[in-house]
Amino acid sequence: MAQQTLVGAITSTLDQALERDPEVILLGEDIGTNGGVFRATEGLMAKHGEDRVVSTPLDESGIMGTAIGLAIAGMKAIPEIQFEGFLGPAYDQLVNHGGRMRTRTRGAVTVPMTVRVPVGGGIHAPELHSDSPEAIYTHSPGIKVVMPCTPYDAKGLLNSAIKDPDPVMFFEPKRVYRTFKEEVPEEYYEIPIGEAKTVLDGDDLTVVTWGAPVFQCLEAIDNLPEDVSVELIDLRSIYPFDMDTIAESVQRTGRCVIVHEAPLTCGLGAEIAARIMEECFLHLEAPVQRVTGFDTIMPYYKLENEYLPEAPRIVKGIKECLAY
Amino acid sequence: MPHHTVYEAKIEHLQILDEDGKLDKKLAKDTLSDDQVVYLYEQMRVCRELDEIAFKLQRSGRMGTYPQNKGQEANAVGSALAMVKGNDWVVPSYRENAALFMHGMPMHYVIQYWMGDERGSKFPEGVNITPLSVPIGTHMLHATGIAWAFKQRKEADRAVITYFGDGATSEGDFHNAMNFASVMQVPCVFYCQNNSWAISLPREQQMNSATVAQKALAYDMPTIQVDGNDIFAVYKATQDARKRAIEGGGPSFIEGVTYRLADHTTADDARRYRDEEELHAWLDKDPLIRTRKYMESVGVWDDKKQEDLENRAKTIVKEVVDAAISVPAPESSEFFDDMYAELPEDLKVQRDTMRTSSIGRNPSQIGLNAQAAEIQ
Ligand SMILES: Cc1ncc(C[n+]2csc(CCOP(=O)(O)OP(=O)(O)O)c2C)c(N)n1
Ligand SMILES: [Mg+2]
Repeated sequence: MAQQTLVGAITSTLDQALERDPEVILLGEDIGTNGGVFRATEGLMAKHGEDRVVSTPLDESGIMGTAIGLAIAGMKAIPEIQFEGFLGPAYDQLVNHGGRMRTRTRGAVTVPMTVRVPVGGGIHAPELHSDSPEAIYTHSPGIKVVMPCTPYDAKGLLNSAIKDPDPVMFFEPKRVYRTFKEEVPEEYYEIPIGEAKTVLDGDDLTVVTWGAPVFQCLEAIDNLPEDVSVELIDLRSIYPFDMDTIAESVQRTGRCVIVHEAPLTCGLGAEIAARIMEECFLHLEAPVQRVTGFDTIMPYYKLENEYLPEAPRIVKGIKECLAY
Repeated sequence: MPHHTVYEAKIEHLQILDEDGKLDKKLAKDTLSDDQVVYLYEQMRVCRELDEIAFKLQRSGRMGTYPQNKGQEANAVGSALAMVKGNDWVVPSYRENAALFMHGMPMHYVIQYWMGDERGSKFPEGVNITPLSVPIGTHMLHATGIAWAFKQRKEADRAVITYFGDGATSEGDFHNAMNFASVMQVPCVFYCQNNSWAISLPREQQMNSATVAQKALAYDMPTIQVDGNDIFAVYKATQDARKRAIEGGGPSFIEGVTYRLADHTTADDARRYRDEEELHAWLDKDPLIRTRKYMESVGVWDDKKQEDLENRAKTIVKEVVDAAISVPAPESSEFFDDMYAELPEDLKVQRDTMRTSSIGRNPSQIGLNAQAAEIQ
């Protein structure tokens, strides 16, 4: 057991994967000598060699497309895209090839790769370094999407992603990279993709979220009157997501608030709300409430906290849903 | 002839002012006058001052991530002078501040921008500059498009210059921009600031070709490698390229060989990956040092003038920083207003209530009781 940050847990999990399986290969911009701009691959090139931890040319389409090729050839490719804002040039490769290869060939050609991408706002970064595009890739069939927000979950989900026979987007909430440490077991373990985690048990209302907002939700729940009992679900996996856990909870509480950083319209909250309508309609005491980013460009850092669903806005959303 | 050569090419390197400040007079003919040299030197020196102050602002927590220009200023000023302010367009990356200033961008905008405020990209009327490009290597297509418009409209005296780094040439969009420009024969100058590094990746690992300039050969574009720390060579190459462009000769490529004397940005620590010796070797090639030597050798510069300039640079930059800091903070809803020419109703509601929630956005909705109304 060791106390690790989220980014530390990712580094050591990648280290163990490289150790365990000679077919694992890491590729991305600045991931070698520099250890990645967030140091997620710190020390890995020195330990495992330049041919396994590869600093690539500045070309996301190249990174994604060759990762697909490496995966087709049977390697376990783990590409890193430096920031979510730079998925743009890689989009065609990921969505039009990565997500479609298996079904087009009816399983003959497959793409077992894990795409690591720092995601989300809150670190005062430049433009295009703070977005939350998880819904875009959730809306792209053939790709799995996960977003752990604790060191323990990061290790378990990263192991599952690497083992998974299909492309997995592994989103890392950069705001949480170094905010806290927790015990992460040394030995190998997996957390199944598609299983949510109930962070807090409660009876009056269910909050569903994932990524960095889990911590804003905890703060918000802390600020509620003592007699309000809120259940907090960290989705962890975004596609497939754990509707059973959500439905069981919402059928009990009758009220649900969904919180995400991404814009409101066509955000994942819309899908979850629709599923709640389908599976919990007769149990609902209030409309499903969404507290999200706005339908605007994620503003540059002077105004980013106005955009992000911070605790006071979440408190408001919860109170309104309770008062309904 | 079953087996013969169908294409041959060479890449030329141009240096007019060497590291010691010695000028090749023959090559310098019809390039820069001494007055222009002094002007460019002043631009570079002020830009260097701004860079240093910006670095300090970031370190003292008053500014976000900032990319220093230090060591590359000759590329910016030499090329910017060869283009026509207010007539041509500049499509920049983020490491050519001096070129932007010379083309009319108020200096405090750059500080305001890196202080996290998009309004620093709201350039005044008549300033033909696109905003700094954050997604590397993607903006050159816009330069091709703008130049295409000039050609289409027969605005024969107009051209475009676009700047980008060595790393940017690995992106697909770079090649797309070059191919379109070449096929459409548009009046565009592609200026690559090859500063040897793309964050931690050295140029030799970025590409397997000996030069960046040779990439243009594939698009049949006139191409040249210049000493990017030599204002004469930069000016001459850009002047030639612009002349060709407005005379209908199509796009050109310039590789300015230069060096990033600072970290990639204030968020980077180059000591992790870069040899200190390499850096030291390049410190001697600093464009400011050699330009000053040249000016002194021809008697247009002395210590007194240098001291005056340094004082002036300090004053200018202080005013610039004061101007940036005194811009009133943006309204909390400011980021909505320019989303569209006409805001959709739904977005107006989001802006006016700063709410995205389905219930709170519409308090009159049946079922929301008094307690909730109070929470508004
Ligand atoms: C599409 C994209 N990928 C990655 C990045 C992250 N990034 C910012 S600057 C940079 C290196 C750029 O190198 P180069 O083009 O040589 O320009 P320089 O910084 O050296 O001026 C990288 C990888 C980005 N901004 N955009
Ligand atoms: Mg570079």
